[in-house]
Amino acid sequence: MTIRLLRMSVATALLIMLAACSDDNDDSVTEVPEEPEMRTFEVSVFNLSANQPLSPIAVIASDGGMLWHTGEAASDGLEALAEGGDNSVLIDADSTLGATSGDAPLGAGESEMLTLSLEAGSETSISVASMLVNTNDAFSGITGVDLTTWAVGETQTYLPAVYDAGTEENTEMAGTIPGPADGGEGVSEGREALDAVTMHSGVVTADDGLPNSVLDSSHRFANPVMKIIISRVE
Amino acid sequence: MKAPSLQNTLLVTGLFTASFAQAAELEITVENLTRGIAFTPILIAAHDMESHLFVTGEMASTELQAMAEGGDISGLEMVATSVAADVATNPAGGLLMPAMSTTTMLSTEQMNTQLSLVAMLLPTNDGFVGLDSWTIPETPGTYSVYLNAYDAGTEANDEVRGSGAPGEAGMPVPPPLESMIGMNGTGVAASITNDKVHIHPGNIGDAEIDGGNSDIQNTVHRWLNPVAKVTVVVSE
Repeated sequence: MTIRLLRMSVATALLIMLAACSDDNDDSVTEVPEEPEMRTFEVSVFNLSANQPLSPIAVIASDGGMLWHTGEAASDGLEALAEGGDNSVLIDADSTLGATSGDAPLGAGESEMLTLSLEAGSETSISVASMLVNTNDAFSGITGVDLTTWAVGETQTYLPAVYDAGTEENTEMAGTIPGPADGGEGVSEGREALDAVTMHSGVVTADDGLPNSVLDSSHRFANPVMKIIISRVE
Repeated sequence: MKAPSLQNTLLVTGLFTASFAQAAELEITVENLTRGIAFTPILIAAHDMESHLFVTGEMASTELQAMAEGGDISGLEMVATSVAADVATNPAGGLLMPAMSTTTMLSTEQMNTQLSLVAMLLPTNDGFVGLDSWTIPETPGTYSVYLNAYDAGTEANDEVRGSGAPGEAGMPVPPPLESMIGMNGTGVAASITNDKVHIHPGNIGDAEIDGGNSDIQNTVHRWLNPVAKVTVVVSE
C-alpha cells in the first residue's frame, strides 16, 4: 500500500508540474500591458550531398510571398544566391519580415540549427535557400511555407529538390564555379536563353563525359541534397 | 419487425452513397519542370479503380509502347475510352517545352475516381512522364503531385537519331528539336536490360554534336526526378 501511494503521489506531482508548464497564463487575471506575442521557429538543415557544400543557409520569413516560382525568371536576389552563394539581397528585400543566416557554408555531411523569432499576427511564410557551391547556378530549399497556423510543438520535415536558377549556363568550366572545386566567379553577367527556374538536371563532370568540366564524380548529386526540419518552439 | 429492418437497410445504403465518390470538375495544370526535355502530346484520363495506362514492374502494352517510343497517344486514348474513362488529350497543342505549363478542364463521371497521365519525353528512346492511378480527392481544394520519368522497357536507350515507330530503333526528332540534337552517335545502350516499365535511368549524352556515343547533349538533355508537377483544382 505504501508503495502504491508513493507511486500515485509521484504521478500526481508530474501532472501538476505538466499543468504548471503548459498553462501558466490561466491564472493571470490582471491586465498585462500588450506585449507582442513571439513565435519562435527552429530550422535544422542537413547537407545530404556527397561533395557539395551549401552556401550559408538563409532562413527568411516574408509576408506570404514566394522567393521563386518554377517556370518563371529568378529575381536578382535569387540570382546572387544561386550563382555566388550570396543571400544578402534576398534577406534585405522589402518583403522580408525576419531573417537569419548561417555564418559559414555547410559542408557535406554537416548540419546546423538556426532560430528565427517573429511577432505573431501577420500572415507569415518561411523560405529556406542555399546554393550548391560546386555548380554554376544550382540551389535548393523551400519557399512560401505558410507558418500562420502552426501550433507550438508542430514539426515538419522537408526534402526539397535541387533547382536551376536559369541565370548561368551549366558549363562547369574553370572560373565559373565559386565553390572549392574551382574558386571561380560568383555572379556573372546575363541570363540563360531559358531564363526560368526549373528543376536541376544534375552536373555532368569530367568523369562522366564533359572534358572541360572542373568537377569530378564526387560533385554529382541526386535529389534531395537538403533535409530541413522546422519546429515551432514558442 | 419488418419496419426497423427496412430502416436499417436504407441507413446503410445512405451511408454507402455518401461515402462514394462524386462526379467532379477538375482544373488540371501540367508543368514541365525540366531544363531541356520536351513532353509530346499529353494524355490525361480519369478512370475506375481497375484501369491503368501503365503499371511499374509490368510489361508495357502495345499502346503504351507507341506512346513511349513515338509520342502517339491515340492507342491509349482508345483504350481509355473503351473503359468509359474521361479523357483530355493534347492540352498543350503539341510539345510542352521545358519550363512551360498547360491547363485543361476535365469533368469526371462518378465511377472515374482515379487520375492518370502520360507523355513521351524527348529526346529519349522510350522515356515518358507518368502518373498512375492517383486518387482524385473528394474535398474541393488545390492539390499538387510531382511526377517521375519512366522507361517503357521496350527499346534500347541508344540515344541516336532514328524512328518513333514502335519496335524500331532510335529516337524521333521532330522539327522543334532538330537543331538541338547531335548526329552520327555510335549508340549508348545496345540492348534492353529491363523489359518492364521502370524508373528511367536518365540520359547520358555526350559533349560532341557530331559523333561520340550519343546524339544527346549531356549538359542540356539530362534530368533528375521529378520532371513534372501536376496541380489539380477540385471544384465545389
